[in-house]
Amino acid sequence: MDRIPILRMGNFLLVTIQVDMHDRLALTLQDDLTNRISEVGARGVLIDISSLEIVDSFIGRTLANIASMARVLDAQTVVVGMQPAVAITLVELGMSLPGIRTALNVESGMEYLQETAEAGMEIGVYGGDSTED
Amino acid sequence: MAATVLKTETIHIKSSSDVVTARQQVRTLAIELKFSLVDQTKIVTAASELARNTLDHGGGGEMDVAVVENGIRRGLRLTFRDHGPGIADIKQALSDGFTTGGGMGLGLGGSKRLMNEFDIHSQPGAGTTITAVRWK
Ligand SMILES: Nc1ncnc2c1ncn2[C@@H]1O[C@H](COP(=O)(O)OP(=O)(O)OP(=O)(O)O)[C@@H](O)[C@H]1O
Ligand SMILES: [Mg+2]
Repeated sequence: MDRIPILRMGNFLLVTIQVDMHDRLALTLQDDLTNRISEVGARGVLIDISSLEIVDSFIGRTLANIASMARVLDAQTVVVGMQPAVAITLVELGMSLPGIRTALNVESGMEYLQETAEAGMEIGVYGGDSTED
Repeated sequence: MAATVLKTETIHIKSSSDVVTARQQVRTLAIELKFSLVDQTKIVTAASELARNTLDHGGGGEMDVAVVENGIRRGLRLTFRDHGPGIADIKQALSDGFTTGGGMGLGLGGSKRLMNEFDIHSQPGAGTTITAVRWK
C-alpha cells in the first residue's frame, strides 16, 4: 500500500503532500504521523500542502485531527503553502480549520516551529530552577 | 432543465480511489470550459464532497459530468446517483453541522454554496440523485 513519506529534521517532522490523496491514504498519513511523533519525541510537525489543488471537508478534518493528536503528544503543527484558490473555497465550504496554525511558506512555518520549541524549553528550564529553590 | 448536453461522461464510484478519479475528470472538463482557477477549485471541491457522500452514505453509485449549454451560457453539470438508504429530511441534511456519520456535516450545504444550481431528489429506501450546475 502506498504511503506519504515523513522526513525527520532534528526535532521536527516534515511532510509534503504531492498527490491527490484518496481518503484511506489521508488516514494512513494521520496514523503514521502520530506514531512517528511519539517514536522520535518530535516537537513540531510541518505539513506542506502547496501542491494540493483542493482541500475538502475530509482533508480538512484529517489536518485538524493530526494537529490535535500532535498537541496531545506535545508537538506543534503548522500547515504551509495553501493556494489562494483553495483558501477561498474552504471558507465558502464553511471550514475554518479550527486549531490549525497556518503559514505562507516552509521558511515561515519552520520559524514558527523553532520559536515555539525554544519557548517551550525556556519554560522547562525556569520550572526546574524554581523547584530547586 | 432546458440545457443542451454537449458532452457527458460517467464515473463509477465504488471506492475512495474512484472519488479521486471523479475529481480529476471534473477538473479536466472545468479546464476545457476555461473556468477560472477559483471556479475550478470550487467545482472540484463540490464534486469531491458529493462523490464521497455517494460512496459513504449511498453505498456507492455513479457520477455523470456533462458540459451543458443554456442559450449563450455554458456550464458543468454534475449528477450523482445511488441506490442507498436515501435522505429522510433533505432540509436537515443540508444544514451545516448535521451528520449521521461522524463527519462535520459540511459536505452537502457546502457544495450547494459552491455551485450555482443544486437539486436533491431522494426517496427513503430507494436512493438519492443530486444534480449541481456551475455556469460560466
Ligand atoms: N447520498 C446520500 N445518501 C444518503 N444520505 C446522504 C447522502 N448524502 C448525504 N446524506 C446524509 O446527509 C448528511 C449530511 O451530509 P454532509 O455531506 O453535509 O455531511 P457528512 O457527509 O455527514 O460529513 P462531511 O461531509 O462534513 O464529512 C449525512 O450525514 C447523511 O446522513
Ligand atoms: Mg459528506
